[in-house]
Amino acid sequence: MNLDSKIPSGPVQDAWDKHKFDMKLVNPANKRKFKVLMVGTGLAGGSAAASLAELGYEVDAFCFQDSPRRAHSIAAQGGINAAKNYQNDGDSVWRLFYDTVKGGDFRSREANVYRLAQVSANIIDQCVAQGVPFAREYGGQLANRSFGGAQVSRTFYARGQTGQQLLLGCYAGLARQIDAGNVTMHTRKEMLDVVVVDGLARGILTRDLVTGKIERWAGDAVVLATGGYANVFHLSTNAIGCNVTAAFRAYKRGAGFANPCYTQIHPTCIPVHGEQQSKLTLMSESLRNDGRVWVPKATDETRPPGDIPEHERDYYLERKYPSFGNLSPRDIASRSAKEACDEGRGVGPGKRGVYLDFRDAIARVGEDTIRERYGNLFDMYERITDESPYKVPMRIYPAPHYTMGGLWVDYNLQSTIPGLHVIGEANFSDHGANRLGASALMQGLADGYFVLPATIGHYFATHGPDKQPVDTDHPDFARVEDDVRGRIKKLMGVNGTRSPASFHRELGRLMWDKCGMARNARGLTEALQRIPELREEFWHDVRVLGSGESLNMMLEEAGRVADFMEFAEIMCRDALTREESCGGHFREEHQTEDGEALRNDADFTHVAVWEHTGEDSTPNRHTEALDFPNVHLATRSYK
Amino acid sequence: MNITVRVWRQEGPAATGHLETIEATDVSADSSFLEMLDLVNERLISAGREPIAFDHDCREGICGMCSLVIDGVPHGPRRATTTCQLHMRSFTDGATITIEPFRAKAFGVLRDLVVDRSGFDRIIQAGGYASVNTGGAPDANAIPIGKGEADLAMDAAACIGCGACVAACPNASAMLFTAAKVAHYGHLPQGEPERDRRVTRMVETMDAEGFGNCRNYYECEAACPKEIPVDFIAELNRDFRRATVQGGSR
Amino acid sequence: MTSLSHGLGSSVGRKLVVAVTGLALLGFVLGHMVGNLQLFLGQDALNGYAALIKSKPALLWGARLGLLAFVGAHVVLALELAAENKAARPHGYAAPGRIQSTPNARSMTLTGLMILAFVIYHLAHLTWGVTHPADHALVQTLADGTTRPDVFSAVVLGFQDPLVAGAYLVAMLLLGLHIGHGIQSVFQSLGLTTSSSRGTFAKLGAGLTWLIVIGNCAMPVAVLAGVITLPEGVA
Repeated sequence: MNLDSKIPSGPVQDAWDKHKFDMKLVNPANKRKFKVLMVGTGLAGGSAAASLAELGYEVDAFCFQDSPRRAHSIAAQGGINAAKNYQNDGDSVWRLFYDTVKGGDFRSREANVYRLAQVSANIIDQCVAQGVPFAREYGGQLANRSFGGAQVSRTFYARGQTGQQLLLGCYAGLARQIDAGNVTMHTRKEMLDVVVVDGLARGILTRDLVTGKIERWAGDAVVLATGGYANVFHLSTNAIGCNVTAAFRAYKRGAGFANPCYTQIHPTCIPVHGEQQSKLTLMSESLRNDGRVWVPKATDETRPPGDIPEHERDYYLERKYPSFGNLSPRDIASRSAKEACDEGRGVGPGKRGVYLDFRDAIARVGEDTIRERYGNLFDMYERITDESPYKVPMRIYPAPHYTMGGLWVDYNLQSTIPGLHVIGEANFSDHGANRLGASALMQGLADGYFVLPATIGHYFATHGPDKQPVDTDHPDFARVEDDVRGRIKKLMGVNGTRSPASFHRELGRLMWDKCGMARNARGLTEALQRIPELREEFWHDVRVLGSGESLNMMLEEAGRVADFMEFAEIMCRDALTREESCGGHFREEHQTEDGEALRNDADFTHVAVWEHTGEDSTPNRHTEALDFPNVHLATRSYK
Repeated sequence: MNITVRVWRQEGPAATGHLETIEATDVSADSSFLEMLDLVNERLISAGREPIAFDHDCREGICGMCSLVIDGVPHGPRRATTTCQLHMRSFTDGATITIEPFRAKAFGVLRDLVVDRSGFDRIIQAGGYASVNTGGAPDANAIPIGKGEADLAMDAAACIGCGACVAACPNASAMLFTAAKVAHYGHLPQGEPERDRRVTRMVETMDAEGFGNCRNYYECEAACPKEIPVDFIAELNRDFRRATVQGGSR
Repeated sequence: MTSLSHGLGSSVGRKLVVAVTGLALLGFVLGHMVGNLQLFLGQDALNGYAALIKSKPALLWGARLGLLAFVGAHVVLALELAAENKAARPHGYAAPGRIQSTPNARSMTLTGLMILAFVIYHLAHLTWGVTHPADHALVQTLADGTTRPDVFSAVVLGFQDPLVAGAYLVAMLLLGLHIGHGIQSVFQSLGLTTSSSRGTFAKLGAGLTWLIVIGNCAMPVAVLAGVITLPEGVA
């Protein structure tokens, strides 16, 4: 597997500019001859589709939702980072770069991160020009807040709906290109496979979710912008439809999958209420700016929170991390909550929860101010739990939220299959082992607006002229279509007794127990034994009713669960092989005496990339070495 | 709790549908409305019957994918709440709940409770954007926008495009949706150059999609999970009047 | 840019026309009421007012034709929009619900049509003299021997019949329901409503509605109650 990262030589500050100059360009008149198949139209895919169409490429875009504006990017609440330094508090591209590399626990690529920090400022300009209604000060200037453990105020936001507003902004740009005829939008179509012809990605297969029709699409490049795989845990903050299928299908066709074990568990979510639960709801991390996290000191505490006196409360984040306190990074905050609950000091049903208390903040700034800052979040919490955070502390617990791992891409965002590009959460590139708050929106838009539109031209310019024209009648399309139809037929034909959802729930529980917030060799080994069994049960006992030729949500779910079943195994394998704790990956065997993550830089300062080697065959693990000439390797300390 | 649901079943766009009565026992009052439907579906599947198809995705009230008319009200009885955020504790034990798809000529039923809302996308494609290409945008702080106007733009932009306004309107009018989109740009300097073109083209598309006409009932405002006010409809009317009758806003 | 006719042909444009014509008709209803309230001033006042109007035939017919055009546009466009509205929801709800819309808002077409029917009856009664030809033929002889139509007596005679007075009262109630929604609706359709003025327009609408309903109902009620009686010499 060729893992040439194609990082430009020279100082990191000049890398992107130099690279942009070095890349070959496509003649404007020739651009319309190249067709891009854009799979997924959230922040990354939507912005890329619009930007590529503006450049003159022909774009066919696909999403499984009924509209691009439903993509799960919409759910991001808190904000988007940019090194604008509007607040004059010492921010800079270098500081954002430094914070992101450090926040990622030194498992990301420096050059990628620097580029991300560099274009972050352009993103804000672009979004404002498009009419994204960011929060503003009375003087008309943009407002900023500090977010997710950053010590500067670099986060731009639109109330608690930043993701929504950014998505609507990029969707509007996409709508404009659809109107102009430059983008053909295909909604309610799910990608089920990639077609690779002579080593180049040349097409995809989709299923029309309304009619069940399997369709072939040929193009000159395929871009996957299909999001993350946190739904492997079943219960996560992701939308119900989020899935790994597109990425996993690409993996099976030869794309390397990087760092699948890097999953982010978000510390502030509403705890699980019961068996019938389908989804976990995130409460914006911004709440930690004013809320104080605590649990009772005693394990047998039964009093309501208001009756527990101050000296019997343990504000454990403030105690353990005095300088960052309640604003400690996500991985640390999540793990600390788990520890407190493991010690039996959790609160709420099942004792899997901790308090996030606004009592002191309300006393300090008044209820009205708190209402202005978090009113919509408090309302949402009350709707779900029937408790008012103005009166009693919120109960929160960590939940799977984001996946830093993804398909491996080089500096040009191209996977190991030439012509197959991967952007946004679906790739692995920028966040290392842990993503900082307000950086996901930034990365999605950086990839979509600025990086891919520049790098894909280089691919066309270097692969265009000598490439054979391929259309959907090519035998490779027929072969892949046979595979796709075969899988659907197989799913429909099992005719067992259990619903796909029940398997998903079981897989999710297993993954959460064995490959969740904390992992160990024994648990992972058990999972690696159990997953194939569960998969076997799935293929013998799953029940998919209805037909493949109509709207059949059960079939959609079954297909996605089937892929999670296989993917989970690679995730556990990756977690087992990475003998260290870093970022979101915490191996219990590798911790300091006081329970902090212990990295193993000597052996694991690399990206682990998994290569598919055939059904029922163990995948190969390859590595791409990481190098930190600018931000020197150091142990993260938020004490 | 134990409830009875009367739910619309329809096999496909061309099929005729009917209301089916299903008993749902042992539903947790803490579960969401959609989790109740999940449970009903699980049991249907166990009984070898096809589950009820309904649209949903984020289940946190922001993607706008969930729909349903519950006892005659889009997104159910709780104000400012999407169906996915509605919880069973809002209903009484033993209740019979009627669940129907959003009804409008412009929103064809695809199956059961799933409807086609792509008309909304076409309305946006007709002008719900500021025409700027990627790159070359001026510094974000170059154009100051007063907090009041920015807040109004945000109020309008909060629309999640779910279609509850259409479902609630006795005329199946899409005016609140269209008006919210028009007003979002109407309150920003970025929207100014295309103000006239935007409103005329979007209204034209809205009409062509087969939505009904606004009669100022304001039912939409009450059904909107994001509480978009009908004041934005007045703004659309004003923009439209200036753009057509008065020959342009400038 | 869309042409004017194209703009006015759209849903919003036609609503605009309905609003403007509605507003004009409301103006007429107000003026008509103020003129008619001279019933309370006696036979000479009302008949003099009627004669004055009739003495300017060009103006009168101009106004009549204008009114006819307004009514025509108002009714035709409203019916056309209503038909489209019905078509926009071919399949209704099995369990229809209502959240904040008012019943009078939702029955605008019905109340409008009933008012139209009343207007025709009203014209047949007092303008064309179809329903009460004898009353319509009454004349008042002035001191100089000239005569003029005795509108006053025709009205009072008509209202003395409880059935006729009842029809007028019911019609005014319907008018109240219609303009009760219509007035604030006009401001919305013209795009004059803002979040701060919405309440004011609603109050203005309610106030005007009550004024018109009370003012118009006062006349038949006063006749029925015997406050206004026939002048001497009219049987």
